Amino acid sequence: MTVTSVSGPAPARPSAITRFLHRHEGWRGHLLLAPALILMTVAIIGPMWMTLMMSTWTVRGFDIIVTPGLANYTAMANNPMFPVLIWRTLEIALTCTIVTVVLVYPVAYFLAFQTGRSKAIWLLVLTLPFWTSYLLRVFAWRVVLGNEGAINSGLMSLGVISEPLSWLLYSQTAVTIVLAHSWAAFAIVPIFVSLEKINRSYLEAAADLGDTPARRFWRITFPLSLPGVVAAFIMMFVPTMGEYITPIMVGGPDSMMVGNLVQAMYGPMANWPAGAALAVVMMITIGLASLAFVGLNRLVQR
Amino acid sequence: MISLRNVNKAFGRVQAVRDVSLEIAKGEFFSLLGASGSGKTTLLRMIAGFESVTSGKILIDGQEIQDSPPHLRPINMVFQNYAIFPHLNVRDNIAYGLQRLGTPKAEQARMVDAMLEMIALPGYGDRRATQLSGGQMQRVALARALILKPKVLLLDEPLGALDKQLREQMQLELRSLQRQLGITFILVTHDQEEALTLSDRVAVMENGAVIQVDTPAGLYDHPTNRAVAAFVGSMNFFDATVHGQGDAYRAEIAGLGPQRLNGQAGARQDGARVLVAIRPESLTLSPTAPEAPQPSVQGRITARQYMGGRQMLHVAVEGRAAPVAVSIVAQRGDDPWDGSEGRPVWLTWGPGAISLLDAE
Repeated sequence: MTVTSVSGPAPARPSAITRFLHRHEGWRGHLLLAPALILMTVAIIGPMWMTLMMSTWTVRGFDIIVTPGLANYTAMANNPMFPVLIWRTLEIALTCTIVTVVLVYPVAYFLAFQTGRSKAIWLLVLTLPFWTSYLLRVFAWRVVLGNEGAINSGLMSLGVISEPLSWLLYSQTAVTIVLAHSWAAFAIVPIFVSLEKINRSYLEAAADLGDTPARRFWRITFPLSLPGVVAAFIMMFVPTMGEYITPIMVGGPDSMMVGNLVQAMYGPMANWPAGAALAVVMMITIGLASLAFVGLNRLVQR
Repeated sequence: MISLRNVNKAFGRVQAVRDVSLEIAKGEFFSLLGASGSGKTTLLRMIAGFESVTSGKILIDGQEIQDSPPHLRPINMVFQNYAIFPHLNVRDNIAYGLQRLGTPKAEQARMVDAMLEMIALPGYGDRRATQLSGGQMQRVALARALILKPKVLLLDEPLGALDKQLREQMQLELRSLQRQLGITFILVTHDQEEALTLSDRVAVMENGAVIQVDTPAGLYDHPTNRAVAAFVGSMNFFDATVHGQGDAYRAEIAGLGPQRLNGQAGARQDGARVLVAIRPESLTLSPTAPEAPQPSVQGRITARQYMGGRQMLHVAVEGRAAPVAVSIVAQRGDDPWDGSEGRPVWLTWGPGAISLLDAE
């Protein structure tokens, strides 16, 4: 047998960068991450570091004294207003997070299990309110909740009440309602995704092993959707904790949140270091609360 | 024990299962064999209760169950992907069905331990389900279903995801487990070898319909139509015409010549076009013309496939486009067929080698 060598064109020699990237898989990932990482370092870590630094400074008259110290923190600890404010903020954020997650879970369930082919349309419908600006939505709520608003005038014309429910607008209730509505889509999506991910054969297996639909929900569906519930908690809790526009627009004197005070410190009160210290305390509170959610999830999941 | 009566299933305009009627006996190992899309899985899911029947009845011990939800049927299932609950450990997976029944905790633990022993995974109770290998998950899925002592166990391609060696081992184990427990097993598979090895009886499905139900030997030796003959094992098909009448029937087979028929012609008319099927291992080869009056034909070897224990020789004969496949036992040492391509050869066959099928 004769062997004829068939030689095509010689293989092109790859460039040094190509060869390096071909060999080192890890670097390919790093290279892809680089733009976002650089942006995050500059735009997040930087300002956070500055805030942390500034929180150790103090203000005397119109001057900022840059000698580091804990004066802002001790002042906060000694002023009873701050714990009250932080508790109230926590209360509002937690209430609207819990209420929203509970209300939104069945919606996400419906989306994941019931809709079939119209899923995309339903998702679109659910995000419809978010096509308008945040401010417009808050204004719309003023129209709904106000003394002359849809709810009050509706109830009065039906004769259920004789004068407008004054606690509806400019109150903590109003802030909670508006916040819950504003962030609802952020709660639906993670729950929907975690429900959608559940392998349908687990549900069939549970039914096959004798579970009624209700039992199966509590033994299989709900535990498997918990990561989504926790994600929904965090996705809602974090932004609502930092809210300051909604309390201004629909809140009353009893519904000022920490965000409002931070804003005031940086604005009219011109005490940036104190505002920075408050922001740091907020970050720690949010961090701890989020950790608690994650820990709770671990505990349930074992 | 379990009866299907004229069961139909339509998904919109697609008829997935057509008029299936089956009687499966208590303690029988029954298989539904078919290619993907043949309706076998849909049929199994209807028995389990995951699909409703469009029409027809499903009975267990004479009781109609086709309209009861899956959790009320005395049937359990081993799923194709095992469906082991990922958030529970092995013990809780196996005890899943018991927990609902309110079996005392100590009794549950004892039963689970016995099950773990049976599936040869003792001490695995506290493992996370996600730490198991495919073969282990398969056993856990089996234990989880069997602990409830179902009347019928359904298995949806349970061995499909395992590698060949493990699959053969699990086949043996499944078979002996089924014998030991005496529970009716209904297995869905596309693997004809698996169906033949495991089952007491096999239903071959095509296009949603059952085309033959028989024992493995019956299917292999007496396929009643071309699809079954082609699907189970390999087969040579020849066009043929039936001639004669009374007891003196013969077939004129393209490529093989005339062949006397011993009552196989049935009620076929003189001149009827039929299909003759001969298994590759029912043919023998000899390098010289046979002396005996047995039928033979001369051909030429065109190709040879060595397959370890056996080898397949392809023999071109006159009057037939495709070569005839002949399977023979491979010789150790000096193989007389080594390098035999192009050599003339005589094909012979016995009177029992021929199956007569209707031509399409």
